[in-house]
Amino acid sequence: MTTAPLDFEAISAARRERAAFLELLRRHPTIAIGLAILALMLLMAVLAPYLATVDPQALSPIRRLRFPSQANWFGTDMLGRDVYSRVVYGARVSLWVGFWVAFFSTAIGLVIGLVTGFSRPVDAVVMRIMDGLMSIPPVLLAIALMALTRASTGNVILAITISQVPQVTRLVRGVVLSLREQPFVEAAIAVGTGYFKTLWRHILPNTVAPLLVQGTYICASAMITEAILSFIGAGTPPNIPSWGNIMAEGRSLFQVAYYIVLFPAVFLSVTVLAVNLVGDGLRDALDPRLARRM
Amino acid sequence: MFSYIVRRLIATIPVMGVVAIFVFSLLYFAPGDPAAIIAGDLATAQDIARIHHQLGLDEPFLVRFWQWAWGVLRGDLGISIFTNQPVWHLIQQRLEPTAALTVTTLIVSVGLAIPIGVLAAWRAGTWIDRAVMGFAVLGFSVPSFVLAYVLILIFSVEFDWLPVQGYTSITAGFWPFLQHLILPSAALGLIYAALIARITRASMLEVLSQDYIRTAHAKGLSSRNVLIGHALKNAAVPIVTVIGIGVALLIGGVIVTETVFAIPGIGRLTVDAILRRDYPIIQGVILLFSSAYVIVNLLVDLSYTVLDPRVRY
Repeated sequence: MTTAPLDFEAISAARRERAAFLELLRRHPTIAIGLAILALMLLMAVLAPYLATVDPQALSPIRRLRFPSQANWFGTDMLGRDVYSRVVYGARVSLWVGFWVAFFSTAIGLVIGLVTGFSRPVDAVVMRIMDGLMSIPPVLLAIALMALTRASTGNVILAITISQVPQVTRLVRGVVLSLREQPFVEAAIAVGTGYFKTLWRHILPNTVAPLLVQGTYICASAMITEAILSFIGAGTPPNIPSWGNIMAEGRSLFQVAYYIVLFPAVFLSVTVLAVNLVGDGLRDALDPRLARRM
Repeated sequence: MFSYIVRRLIATIPVMGVVAIFVFSLLYFAPGDPAAIIAGDLATAQDIARIHHQLGLDEPFLVRFWQWAWGVLRGDLGISIFTNQPVWHLIQQRLEPTAALTVTTLIVSVGLAIPIGVLAAWRAGTWIDRAVMGFAVLGFSVPSFVLAYVLILIFSVEFDWLPVQGYTSITAGFWPFLQHLILPSAALGLIYAALIARITRASMLEVLSQDYIRTAHAKGLSSRNVLIGHALKNAAVPIVTVIGIGVALLIGGVIVTETVFAIPGIGRLTVDAILRRDYPIIQGVILLFSSAYVIVNLLVDLSYTVLDPRVRY
């Protein structure tokens, strides 16, 4: 029997990467704090059924509007549902929407931005459309799109993504336009590197850093927009607890049972804060020139 | 300058064109057939076809778009499906509370954000700076409707200093009018103020490191003179730009804030329209808000020549 030789190269590379990551966290503690809070929220969302929760939809009219107590940590709502369980399950919607909107809008915006930045005729047409879409405030655009479809988490993701794509496109296009004039890109084109290869090898890697930062901000803004949509009744359907619709349900009872609104509000704010902390930290880490000023 | 204004105005036409196509498509692709609704339950297929023809619903997309756009240009935003009233009339009725809320929010947030942004840049690295930056991060993270509830809880429920909800027109007296707007504009203004404070600080830091600021100090000008007269004036362009861009945040926030505080404005009209799927109203509101946004940013562009004499068009 022979044993495979240890790949010392790979091991030391992995160690170096880990050390670099730890160094990043040490230099930018906001990233560490943000990631820690997000990890907690993620754990809470995944382990929701095991965190002393009951069915978040279970009605119990006899126990409605109970103030927070040992039995119901965050109290109960007007239908007797346990607010703690609903808030814990609600984390799933916020994180899910935040992540997918950030992912899809950066992916779509990246593709459109790369093409528009590199092709003048496409640029002229597409950027006019983007300018038009950007002149509709994002929340309003998302609301309008939700008015066309039925309430579902997928549609919420789609609507918020469409409202965020123009900003990403403009960002990527800006990066591409400035890179296109750089000597290394001109050199690549001069030696006959193809269109797609130039994009892939020389332009794309330079868009990663700003996109990562923009992606976190989009994630934060998507969480808030989802809550706004659900809050006004045009977002996540009422049978799925989300922080926005728990608050919407507590709205009319705010003066007698403010805790129904308060708990999801705190969780939403803390989660958005965590994402923003990660975003600010990443921005400082990836663009030290900007970090001094912002 | 005049030719620049004209060119800039012409440049807004394609932008508003895209908005108009989007808004029209909203009604075009909206589920439900208006003719079937108008015809009622007992209508036959022929009745519906006749109404289709009468309303011009059987015309192609472009023809219908043109008819609609022509109407909009003449101030006809259509008829609300639910209330059967002209959309423009409904918007006009609700314009005052929204305008009042937006203007007070603008005053509150700009009035707060610029001084604290300047202070943070002037005292960069101190606890004042960190406090302002902390405020900015919080401002971005606490959604306006969350802050709204916290403010209501403290100032209305607990201390009973300000009304929980509602709106009073300025014609009923200045104090009742202001009283109803303090909490909404504070809640709505936070994120806007955070954005402006952050840019003010960044822009001021940039300017404060310039040689002419050192010269101004060296010739014995007071700190206030240097900060306001020399630094802030030169830092103004990015600040004004972000005030313009931030109006989008303000508009999104107005819709929710009016819902929380039961202010009978355009935001409330929008929410009601969405719940009833009253598409003509949604169309009208988007057109109105987008035009306002485009006009504000046009004014911002034009203000550059005043703020920075080097900018020439």
